[in-house]
Amino acid sequence: MKTCTIAFAGNPNSGKTTLFNTVTGSHHHVGNYPGITVERKEGTIKFADSQLNIIDLPGCYSLTAYTQEELVSRQVLVEERPDVVVNVVDATKLERHLYLTVQFLELGIPVVVALNMMDDVRSKGITINVEALSEALNSAVCPTVARNGEGKQELLHQAILSSEQHHGAWQPLRLSYGPDVDPVLDEMEQLIAKRSFLTTRYPARWTAIKFLEGDDDLIEKGAVDHQTTTELQQIVENLRVHCEKTLHTFPEAIIADYRYGFIHALLRKDVLTIPTTDARLDITDNLDKVLTHRVLGPSIMMFMLYAMFQITFALGDYPMQLLNRLFTLIADLAKTIVPPGHFQSMLVSGVIDGVGGILSFVPLIMIMFIMIAFLEDSGYMARVAYMMDKVFRTFGLHGSSVMPFIISGGIAGGCAVPGVMAARTLRSPREKLATILTAPFMPCGAKIPVFILLIGAFFAEYRALIMFSITLVAWIMALLVARLLRSTLIRGESTPFVMELPPYRWPTLQGVMIHTWERTAEYIKKAGTVILAISILLWAGMTFPGPSEQQLEAYQHQKQQLQVAISHSNTTQQRQILDISLGQLESQHSATILKNSAAGQLGTMLEPISKLAGFDWRTNIALLGGVAAKELIVSTLGTAYSLGEVESANTTTLSQRIAADPQWNKVAAISAMLFVLLYAPCFVTLVVMARESSWKWACFALIFNSSIAFLLATLVYQIGIRLS
Amino acid sequence: MICSLRQLKVHDKATVTTVNAGGEMGRRLRDMGLVIGTEIEIVGRAPLKDPVAMRLRGFTLTLRNNEADYIYVDMKEPSA
Repeated sequence: MKTCTIAFAGNPNSGKTTLFNTVTGSHHHVGNYPGITVERKEGTIKFADSQLNIIDLPGCYSLTAYTQEELVSRQVLVEERPDVVVNVVDATKLERHLYLTVQFLELGIPVVVALNMMDDVRSKGITINVEALSEALNSAVCPTVARNGEGKQELLHQAILSSEQHHGAWQPLRLSYGPDVDPVLDEMEQLIAKRSFLTTRYPARWTAIKFLEGDDDLIEKGAVDHQTTTELQQIVENLRVHCEKTLHTFPEAIIADYRYGFIHALLRKDVLTIPTTDARLDITDNLDKVLTHRVLGPSIMMFMLYAMFQITFALGDYPMQLLNRLFTLIADLAKTIVPPGHFQSMLVSGVIDGVGGILSFVPLIMIMFIMIAFLEDSGYMARVAYMMDKVFRTFGLHGSSVMPFIISGGIAGGCAVPGVMAARTLRSPREKLATILTAPFMPCGAKIPVFILLIGAFFAEYRALIMFSITLVAWIMALLVARLLRSTLIRGESTPFVMELPPYRWPTLQGVMIHTWERTAEYIKKAGTVILAISILLWAGMTFPGPSEQQLEAYQHQKQQLQVAISHSNTTQQRQILDISLGQLESQHSATILKNSAAGQLGTMLEPISKLAGFDWRTNIALLGGVAAKELIVSTLGTAYSLGEVESANTTTLSQRIAADPQWNKVAAISAMLFVLLYAPCFVTLVVMARESSWKWACFALIFNSSIAFLLATLVYQIGIRLS
Repeated sequence: MICSLRQLKVHDKATVTTVNAGGEMGRRLRDMGLVIGTEIEIVGRAPLKDPVAMRLRGFTLTLRNNEADYIYVDMKEPSA
């Protein structure tokens, strides 16, 4: 059977991914290009006696070297040399989309143009002469409608045909760039050909053009032949000076002008006719009049974001609780099957709780991605960025940063795991990084029980006010720290907000589902392995080395005595009292184990420092546990106060204990709340952060966020103590 | 009348005469089709007056005001 490798390429919003999904169905897998967060989607299908390997290249507008998406696309084309590129273009915006097509043609790789969104073309009354276009581009052109699969068969036929005709040979298109550039380009091309400079991979003229465009990637690659690179750069410099002096422009601008000129001329030859219809007929324009209206726009946006948030967490709650119950059941089952001891403890507290913790996020992530996929595919997300940009830019962020912030808990009760993942919609790397690093400041659902516990102990009458202040502080901190990071560690010009507002469209169910499933599967796979390991490690840290032999002996002795007493007890009343004593003994034992564990010792060791912010060793252990998962703060505190297992939902007894503890007071409570709000993201978030940026930045967040939190908590505590 | 893109109001139509940006900024503008001779129409401004949305080559593009400063246009007289 013949095999044929096809790369799908096109502008963002061209329907490329929809077409890829339609063609490959579920037969594809998603990975990452090594070292970067750009996704690599591949699928294999059988079609007309051929096996087709299809690569979905990331959406890009051009083949320069400015964004990761563009670099990856280029690398795949040049290094993997697919047999043919299927260039998906939005036929209603042919002029702009052909700009990328022309660059493929200049590279010389065989191209089949998928003239997508033909349904819109027809409804808008645009006519395109497909044969004439095909002739002008010297490539096959196939009308398609990705959403319903129209033209799919013909497209694949043409792709196979094209690959058979070319046999892997590339025929670069030679465009003229006018009297100023052309002679220089010829000179460079000859030099490159003569020296065989990078010619194993790139056509000579392409290399020349890229040097004229000042392409960093290619100049870097050319460094192996230092002399040729220097000579070429000298030629480019001369032209640049000439262009600036006589034409007041740049070589790359001239190149772009001529490319558009070529497209313009090509479309004029009876290829494209656009009716001069009334703009009033355009649904998108009408919708935008309302949805981006000065007053209505932001109001509707606030409502949409709030609704989205509510739906995510309301719907996500049921499956989440179901999963929690399921894992409690499994844990109970394990307790009955496996004999008590370290192995049981590891299985229950390490493995089952760990896996349960990971999986309990899955419903949230799925629902959140359904929402985001819907907002993105419909075109509304771009409007949110458009409306919010002015505010967020002030802090070095991007209009699109609003979504990750809100999901992380910008409306109290979110979760930073899906929040950080939502930052994928940001196409600007610096803004994305700043967003990822600051989103975990938001009051996520797992931090809230801690706040409620402390509010219950000290500020019961101001509950609403304090919860509101916490959310406010989180936003202020996130934005200020983002500003700080953007003017120090992630310094750099804000990425230009040159963005397309795509027309509104109903998302396809298949598209939304595939998108959601891919992200969820990726989360389970990647987060699962790392977090399971960490979870076991943490269990060990909170169990070993354990109590001393005398303590253990004393515990077992007392336990035995109580058990004997229970078996001899005559009245139910007597029995109940003894049962309670046994429960208390076990809680005390848990507290002893915790205090003697590595975490406990660390907590005690840190007490002299943490006292500055008002935390004793018990709080320290709980906070250390909170790095694993914020849910653990309350339950660990419960164990440390010898209360046995404390449910997050029912903290009254713990709250009373804390209120009665002389170590605690109002100032310490505020300091603790501030610390919990801002300190290290939980491990699941850290793993996701590492996935979205790098481990370096995830570790940075761990240390940096904790430092900021401690600094502020100390400041508040010290000032508070002196004032009160 | 030649003026900066920033000065245009909603519904104004114009032709691009100069794109004064090099580097990444210039490249992004060119990739999106903002080259000399392109006809544009301002279709809206964000609620806080910035960014600006314009129509060109059959699609809608948004730009921040400080990015619009790089672009000079020849404004067409409003057709009454």
